[in-house]
Amino acid sequence: MQEPLLEVRGVKTYFPLERGMLFGRGAATVKAVDGVSLSIAQGEVLGLVGESGCGKSTLARTILRLVPPTEGTVILAGRNLAELAPEDLRAARGDFQMVFQDPYASLNPRMTVYDTIAEAIQAHRAVSRAELAAEVSALLNRVGLAARFSRKYPHEFSGGQRQRIAVARALAVRPRLIVADEPVSALDVSIQAQIINLLAGLTREMGLTMIFISHDLAVVKHISDRIAVMYLGKIVELGPAAGVLERPLHPYTKALSSAMPLPDPERERTRKRIILEGDPPSPVNPPAGCPFHPRCAYAIPECSRDQPRLEAFRTGHEAACLRLEQVNAD
Amino acid sequence: MALLEVDDLRTSFHTRNGVVRAVDGVSFCIDRGETLGIVGESGSGKSVTCLSLLGLVPQPPGRIEGAGAVLEGIDLLRCPQEVLRGIRGRRVAMIFQDPMTSLNPYMTIEEQLMEPLLIHEKIDRAAAARMALQALQEVGVPEAEQRIRSYPHQFSGGMRQRVMIAMALIGKPDLLIADEPTTALDVTVQAQILDLIAQQQRQRGVAVIFISHDLSVVAGFCDRVMVMYAGRVVETADTRAVFREPKHPYTRALQRSRPAMQAKGAELYVIPGLPPDLSRPVPGCAFAPRCEFAVADCSRTEMQLQDVGAGQASACLRVQRGELTLQ
Repeated sequence: MQEPLLEVRGVKTYFPLERGMLFGRGAATVKAVDGVSLSIAQGEVLGLVGESGCGKSTLARTILRLVPPTEGTVILAGRNLAELAPEDLRAARGDFQMVFQDPYASLNPRMTVYDTIAEAIQAHRAVSRAELAAEVSALLNRVGLAARFSRKYPHEFSGGQRQRIAVARALAVRPRLIVADEPVSALDVSIQAQIINLLAGLTREMGLTMIFISHDLAVVKHISDRIAVMYLGKIVELGPAAGVLERPLHPYTKALSSAMPLPDPERERTRKRIILEGDPPSPVNPPAGCPFHPRCAYAIPECSRDQPRLEAFRTGHEAACLRLEQVNAD
Repeated sequence: MALLEVDDLRTSFHTRNGVVRAVDGVSFCIDRGETLGIVGESGSGKSVTCLSLLGLVPQPPGRIEGAGAVLEGIDLLRCPQEVLRGIRGRRVAMIFQDPMTSLNPYMTIEEQLMEPLLIHEKIDRAAAARMALQALQEVGVPEAEQRIRSYPHQFSGGMRQRVMIAMALIGKPDLLIADEPTTALDVTVQAQILDLIAQQQRQRGVAVIFISHDLSVVAGFCDRVMVMYAGRVVETADTRAVFREPKHPYTRALQRSRPAMQAKGAELYVIPGLPPDLSRPVPGCAFAPRCEFAVADCSRTEMQLQDVGAGQASACLRVQRGELTLQ
């Protein structure tokens, strides 16, 4: 197997919680990411799914060093990002870029499209004016926008077009890794399709590596090679995209995939849904043992004591559950 | 007899840039206990349709016209404000997408649940408080006795939406309008909330209008679907029929642009162009400029919803003429 582009080992990201005077200080921490290890090969698309508060965005931000990890290492293309000095980190940032959920908030309203993209190019490379202009129009073309749009401001564009501009800006530094955090959630169905096609095409044609975060399982399944499922700061399942959602191993993923609305009324009415009780527990005070055990139908006393590790059940498809064999006996 | 019968509803907004026809001749009806899904993208007029029925569109700039919207003998478009106020919250209730912005952050859950009872029913505070507690228990809020004294920010998104549902159902309405009630929620919580609405509907026999941009959510939840585009209805049908064989190219295009309905990794269908500017007159079929099947007649002939068999109605000229089968 070739050297992975990105390797994450035992990453923990904790946030101290400021408490009121009454209860004293510094007692509590939010364990947003609590011991995550994974690796991504060059050209691979990894889907990251999980519900709000499960730590998927924090994990992505930790990988990009937008948040410093409390523990663990992040190695991108052979460099340990966690140990880089600030000036080296700045240079390394050319290797990775992020596309955010809300294209209304992530573009500077007072900069033209040209300036937005040119700034990104110049931040990491010295180019002549003529080259700059040529490169901006090439990038706009690449994301399906006409070069004549380059003198316009973000407010003159629709949501889908803005997301294209955000993608062009991300591509401007020629990154090796793109993290897309809910890039289509704010868009209409028909516009979503455009952006999904665009991102899928870019990874195919340019060999880009991508972490694609979304709560929309159908979208993640469509675009990803592999999917990692997170629950309360931990990865509970990791495997090939279709396998994870069609033949899930972990009880949480089983519930998640059964909650995914099916586009077929016949199948939708006849299938059995696993409805989870309650809400995910707070990452301030995560339950001992398996984080999912308080809501799990298969839980036994050991589950509240022992922390399960990711174990391979099928080739390349692993899950963290003490009762993996019994849960998947059928 | 239908519970609600809407005939040729037209809502326009008079702005500086002209008259925007947000809802342009929408007719539908819904029976007791039935679930009708209204599907469409932003700006298709699905929310404005429902807000107009409840008189919740600010006038001006809005203007609501139409042949009628009759809820058991009362025309919602023409009845006096006092009558409408009595209907809102009691006969017809509504829940919205974002429960945080539709709950009052300064009031406890208990006060908010009691408010409609104290306004609409002639009961004392003690009785109202008892009913509020019961309502909260019925929607599955754990430890309701304690939590009823909390404020909305102390609840999670899913729990807030449960509170909204409790509040909507507390006046025992005949019709519940749910405007994207699960869009802001996580998938497993979405499943809980859909399950809750379905269960409450079965127990109380309340009719539900379910507004969503997501065809797959509607697939599992609704008896009938109405697809809207540019302020008009382009197709209405039994849910199963729509998924088996859509009778309008726009419905088909929506289905083809969803990853859940396609083979993994396949290129998704992209509807070319943009929706029309509703402040300008739209001649003929509003979808024609973006439709792969459009012919010259499509932009000339006035759009009309017509029965095309098996209880399915379509506004597509070519489907009506039998020239087009979509699969």
